[in-house]
Amino acid sequence: MNAPATTTSMPSQSADGDKIAVKDLKFYYGNNLALKNITLGLRTNKVTAFIGPSGCGKSTLLRVLNRMYDLYPNQRAEGEVLLDGENILNPKQDLNLLRARIGMVFQKPTPFPMTIYENIAFGIRLYEKIAKSELDGRVEKALRGAALWDEVKDKLSASGLSLSGGQQQRLCIARSVAIHPEVILFDEPCSALDPISTSKIEELIDELQENYTIAIVTHNMQQAARVSEFTAFMYLGELVEFGDTSKIFTSPSQKRTQDYITGRFG
Amino acid sequence: MSDHIVKSYDKDLEALGRKIAEMGGIAEKMLTDSMDALSELDMDLARKTIESDPRLDYLQREIEESAILTIARRQPMAVDLREIVAAIRVSGDLERVGDLAKNIAKRAMKIAAEARLPRAIIGLKHMNDVAAMQLKDVLDAYAQRDGEAARKVWLQDAELDALEDSVFRDLLTFMMEDPRNISFCTHLLFCSKNIERMGDHATNIAETVHYLVTGETLPLDRPKGRGLIDPVIVAGQLSGGGADERPA
Repeated sequence: MNAPATTTSMPSQSADGDKIAVKDLKFYYGNNLALKNITLGLRTNKVTAFIGPSGCGKSTLLRVLNRMYDLYPNQRAEGEVLLDGENILNPKQDLNLLRARIGMVFQKPTPFPMTIYENIAFGIRLYEKIAKSELDGRVEKALRGAALWDEVKDKLSASGLSLSGGQQQRLCIARSVAIHPEVILFDEPCSALDPISTSKIEELIDELQENYTIAIVTHNMQQAARVSEFTAFMYLGELVEFGDTSKIFTSPSQKRTQDYITGRFG
Repeated sequence: MSDHIVKSYDKDLEALGRKIAEMGGIAEKMLTDSMDALSELDMDLARKTIESDPRLDYLQREIEESAILTIARRQPMAVDLREIVAAIRVSGDLERVGDLAKNIAKRAMKIAAEARLPRAIIGLKHMNDVAAMQLKDVLDAYAQRDGEAARKVWLQDAELDALEDSVFRDLLTFMMEDPRNISFCTHLLFCSKNIERMGDHATNIAETVHYLVTGETLPLDRPKGRGLIDPVIVAGQLSGGGADERPA
């Protein structure tokens, strides 16, 4: 079962041009090994999708990339996750700084119970001391960047919770973008959204990759095929196949990948 | 290949496969019957061949519609996607084979009154046998999902191209021997072109089957069995002269 993941027309395992290089990563929930020697790279300014059945470890991997697991006891990672060559698993890593560089958007929109404006400004103030006028500019830029500005510019003082689900999700993306991260991790960002909102998020992801390196976990295979350049298929904590999205979804090299994406699993 | 979790998906794909099989059977029969009609001057068989074509057209339309519906409904991926694309392409090729066979049958009816040169048809019959074999082999490869067998058919097309050249020279000779043969032989020239085209469609199907099975496309430059035929040069050679007699 521990056969190495095959690489089709390989985006190279941790080659130059990778923003993040994961090397021999193991992850434990207590004694339970949830990630088994994962090695792959997230190419700079490209979208990499992670697919696989529930429990395969794809969300766990995402949570390792910005040390989200540190919030929980009895969880630990071994191996290396290099962000621009520096191992972020290093215990001395400043987590606040790390999470400013690697933003995350979750499955369920998580706006703070405050105004739309404050939802964005809050994060910026956390990392920088800037003048009000400049802050206004940053908030607007972030909301524009998340394709939300036109819909909220007249009600910036309304509660973030008053927005629709799709708008809330874009607000969370704006919140991530506002602090100028380098990488954005999306953990099933559209699973709670209707098709129109989903399209808007996908369009946004497409635009964001110009400036950010993006990883997205999704259960929607068509979405992975649509938005990503590279796709990783994971199963039972292993990386089964990793390669060009166009290849994975037309002729994957591994039978397990084929069975999963064609709905023959189990 | 194991079954889909959604059983009706398997049924959709099986139904597509069955229709392709039916089309393949009809196209094969039309291909051989059209040549029998031509060589035996069997007008009944020619008529029956022509009457088979609408069923082929109908099946192609049906395959196309259900393939599109399946894409819309299931968003097929990987081998399923290749399966559906293959069904659309193969049905298109088989429909064209039917058209070409129908055209031969029509010509058989036209030249029935003037047929008086059985030896001119021998080469055509041979071509047709080769094309029939290619079509049979490639349909078997499709049914067995055998990429290697498909590749073999793909390579064989050179033989048919070479045969077409030789038939062309023969027919030209007959026309030069006696101008009264011209109308008859011209029809046969069209028939030989039709047969060569049917071989091309078998080759297309071979490419499709290879892609379906392996996910890899065959190279664009297939080995060819001939150079370009220049009728003026050929005529010059046949009349005893050389290529240099060609008018400038």
